[in-house]
Amino acid sequence: MSTTPNSDLLLQEPRVEQPLYTPIKRRSFFMYAGATAGATALVLAGCSKSDSSPGMVSVGSGDAGVLNYAYALEQLEAAFYTQVRTGTYYTGSTITAAEKSIFDDLYYHEVIHRDFFRAAITAAGATPIKSLTPNFGTVDFNSRTSVLATAKAFEDLGVAAYNGAGQYIQSATYLYIAGKIVSVEARHAAIIRDLVSEGTFVGNDIITLTSASNSSVTTNNAPANSSLERAMSPAEVVAVANNFLADGSKLDVSSLR
Amino acid sequence: MNFFQIISEIEKVDPEVYDRLDSRRSVFKHMSGLGQKMSAAVLPLAVGAIFNKVYAQTPVGAGVNDVLNFALKLEYLESYFYNARTAVTGLSAANVSALNLIATDEANHVTFLRGVLQGNAIAAPATTGVFDFTAKGKFNPTDAATYLAVAQSLEDTGVRAYKGAAPLVMSNKTVLTAALNIHSVEARHASQLRAMRRAGINSSAPSQGVAVAPYNNAPKSWISGTDNNGAVPGFTNAIYGAGNNTNAPSGITFAAEDNITQGGVALSGTTITAGAAFPSSAFSEAFDEGLDVGTVAAIANNFSVTGTYFN
Repeated sequence: MSTTPNSDLLLQEPRVEQPLYTPIKRRSFFMYAGATAGATALVLAGCSKSDSSPGMVSVGSGDAGVLNYAYALEQLEAAFYTQVRTGTYYTGSTITAAEKSIFDDLYYHEVIHRDFFRAAITAAGATPIKSLTPNFGTVDFNSRTSVLATAKAFEDLGVAAYNGAGQYIQSATYLYIAGKIVSVEARHAAIIRDLVSEGTFVGNDIITLTSASNSSVTTNNAPANSSLERAMSPAEVVAVANNFLADGSKLDVSSLR
Repeated sequence: MNFFQIISEIEKVDPEVYDRLDSRRSVFKHMSGLGQKMSAAVLPLAVGAIFNKVYAQTPVGAGVNDVLNFALKLEYLESYFYNARTAVTGLSAANVSALNLIATDEANHVTFLRGVLQGNAIAAPATTGVFDFTAKGKFNPTDAATYLAVAQSLEDTGVRAYKGAAPLVMSNKTVLTAALNIHSVEARHASQLRAMRRAGINSSAPSQGVAVAPYNNAPKSWISGTDNNGAVPGFTNAIYGAGNNTNAPSGITFAAEDNITQGGVALSGTTITAGAAFPSSAFSEAFDEGLDVGTVAAIANNFSVTGTYFN
């Protein structure tokens, strides 16, 4: 292993769970790290996180875990747009033709994404998580403002989630498929943001325009003035997404890493 | 910002990282010297540069630096194109300010990629004489409608380029995530330019335009089928067509934008539970497609004076 420059690094099992077999060079690195405050985070990152919390839906681990994580978020989006089309903002007479058409397409796209993932996870020999029960108690589906604000939150969250999860995907095939979906989510996000306020398709809240990003997973981060999307870790994403999921459907992503 | 956390993250996918770093202590010396004068905001760039040095010795397909330099060339094309926006007349204030935002992003992407590549970056192209936004006399890029048509074409190309390149850099999670974080910003731009085109050059409300099939002049914010070959049929066909799979990573096919089979799953009203009532176009719209470097280069070379800048 130490002599093979290889392209199958991604297939290797991480050694973080096997401290007894740690090679000498790695231990010397720990000593090096021990001289700094960074040691705490390093050691913590090496510890196994707790198992699935009771009453929560674990997305699992590995590529199947990432696919189930995406499936969960797509379920949430699909449920949201399904319900949007029953509220009086959508069914009423004041919605513009442009907005009605956009919400139709977003509904189609997200339902397709959801059902695609269920099929793809099954095809991969893994088990899809259950159908989640959303909790949209904070959303007023009769209000344009409320619907657009929630749509904006979901679409931006979806983009940040896919971008932050790409690094956990081991298969190039699945990484590529995630890329096919995330750009459509970004297209959604841009037009929804403009419906909220023209010219906000990008902004410092979602890309690193005037300030650096600060995800807890450092790989996600970029400096100010770089205009990169602010990718979010699975833990950061579900901290938001779980607010829109009912008890018993809240997500546990602690095995995704 | 926690450098050791980054190392830990990398170790999860590359258990050799400690060996690699340990055998290159000079990198750490370099790092600690920098640290004293570096603000936290600059750190990711320096870290990226160090990782490049570490990983530069591991062959990864086309080579991470090669991929990043190709991306940098595309960003230069876009950045210089948006710098030329000031010569365009007839745009609404809303459209002008949107182009200003996009111009800033593209310039930032150039700076960011140069920072990651450091000494491995290509030389900056001259501001004149390298790119030809008329595509050899085909376009008048000071005409507002033409300008937006070319802009949409460049952004849609950029989205496909980053998507196709992502698997080529997946061995380096820092670079991969940065590429993904640029990819989605390009998609936001593409969406915006499509909105601007369907609402019109004079519109003060770009989000309120209504898309009109077959979408050449009034596209949706997403690509529907092949958008009838794009903003300039006959010239932009390749931007929505299939790529070349010769050197594609295993398991990846560069299909045309009207593709409706994803990961072996055929998408239709019969395979999607609720899809029976969906318009058939929705199944292709829901997924964008990537392109290989060679196909992207051929598209971009239309805007190269020599016709070979992107080779």
